[in-house]
Amino acid sequence: MKRAFPIFAVLTTLLLVYALNQALSIVHIPGVAPTERTMGDVQRIFYYHVPSAWTTFLLFSVNLVASVVYLIRRNPVADAVAVVTGEVGVVFCTVVLVTGPIWARPVWGIWWTWDVRLTSTLVLWLIYVSYLVLRRFSDSAQTPVLAAALAVFGALDVPLVYFSIWFFRTQHPQPVIGGGGSIDPRMLHVLLINWLAFSCFAFLICWSRYRLERLRREVEEAQALESLLGPEGVPAPAAGSKMPLPRGQQ
Amino acid sequence: MNSLWSIALATLAKDIRLEWRSKDALNSMLFFSLLVVVIFSFSFDPLAEESRHIVGGLIWVAFLFAAVVALNQTWARELRNQVLDAYRVSPAPANALFLAKALGNFIFVSALEALMTPLFVIFYNLRVLGPAWQLLPIVILGTWALVVNGTFFAAMSLRTRSREIMLPLLLFPISIPAVLGMVNATTSILTGEASAHFWLVLLLTYDVVFTTACLGFFGLVLHAE
Repeated sequence: MKRAFPIFAVLTTLLLVYALNQALSIVHIPGVAPTERTMGDVQRIFYYHVPSAWTTFLLFSVNLVASVVYLIRRNPVADAVAVVTGEVGVVFCTVVLVTGPIWARPVWGIWWTWDVRLTSTLVLWLIYVSYLVLRRFSDSAQTPVLAAALAVFGALDVPLVYFSIWFFRTQHPQPVIGGGGSIDPRMLHVLLINWLAFSCFAFLICWSRYRLERLRREVEEAQALESLLGPEGVPAPAAGSKMPLPRGQQ
Repeated sequence: MNSLWSIALATLAKDIRLEWRSKDALNSMLFFSLLVVVIFSFSFDPLAEESRHIVGGLIWVAFLFAAVVALNQTWARELRNQVLDAYRVSPAPANALFLAKALGNFIFVSALEALMTPLFVIFYNLRVLGPAWQLLPIVILGTWALVVNGTFFAAMSLRTRSREIMLPLLLFPISIPAVLGMVNATTSILTGEASAHFWLVLLLTYDVVFTTACLGFFGLVLHAE
């Protein structure tokens, strides 16, 4: 298990390099994405924008599931997963919100529009930033419950945001997969490879962050125990009353 | 069910009596929203025709900011003398406390709106072109949308450092669809150009969803120890 992490890290890096080459066609090997006819090279940002968006939604979904599991079971592992996916999700969502306008400016002629997908993603980002702020500002034992409740509230909010903005016209291109749009099979291939690479990358960061979170909790527990028991494991006088009494004396 | 409402009404009566004697929340909200109205009218100085299009946004932003002032004081009062801890150990249902606080805030914010709306009408020379009676359900649903989540998140931010700042940070992102609904419904009635029907349904859905969620989660937040 200890070796799995570095092996996975190396594999992910190789996959990311390969996907980068396929998307930007730096070295011409079979399967690189062709240049789009009307938009030109600007279109290549699509290979980062869309996989980041899919990864964001995946991470936020995992966050919601972990939050609900935590509320039901009070399982600390679920809470650690929620912390990790919330943080990494905000990072990927930021990538989506930054790459979108970079593409929109030359293609639509505007940086931003209050379109349904753009606005919902922005609101989702705002909700999860407030989630992280709540986590940061409350450092007591109740934080996991409060944060999990907020995650559920955010999930309830997203469909309402979507419908409220859907009522206005929408400008974002229709989804190319499963929607009305069409896409060159070579582009689709590169897109899926990039998505795989991004998912592995997200998983790698989550994994690393999860290990950090577990270490942090172990340190916290050890410190709490030490303040209770004293440095040598001997009960400190003040904490003596908290020790369980032998059965006969209760 | 009976005890839930009797406890809720007793707590509500206590809060109203306290507010009636001190008038802390109402006075600070009133003065705050008066400042917002004056500053907005300096910054925009619109013609009567333009103001119809923007005043829906201004009025609700002013109420939203003012409501935060009242919401922040909701639970602070119960922290003195460990009143909230007494609630926690008492057998009274947690939702009775939540309903009392939410209804209390609803009454305070509604009173603020009733006092401030005439000022908006005067400062911006408003004349409603659409069906004016529809403003009433918009105000009721919109105010409830603000206070129900506001009361919940105020209870949530009690446990955080710098809780006064925490409340708007939690409340505003979640309230975006509700604010959009209130502003667009008000604007479409003021201008008379569109029907407010969709926005009313949206506000009603928002209220039902989040009232249920708040009642479902409040016990968890109150007893989170």
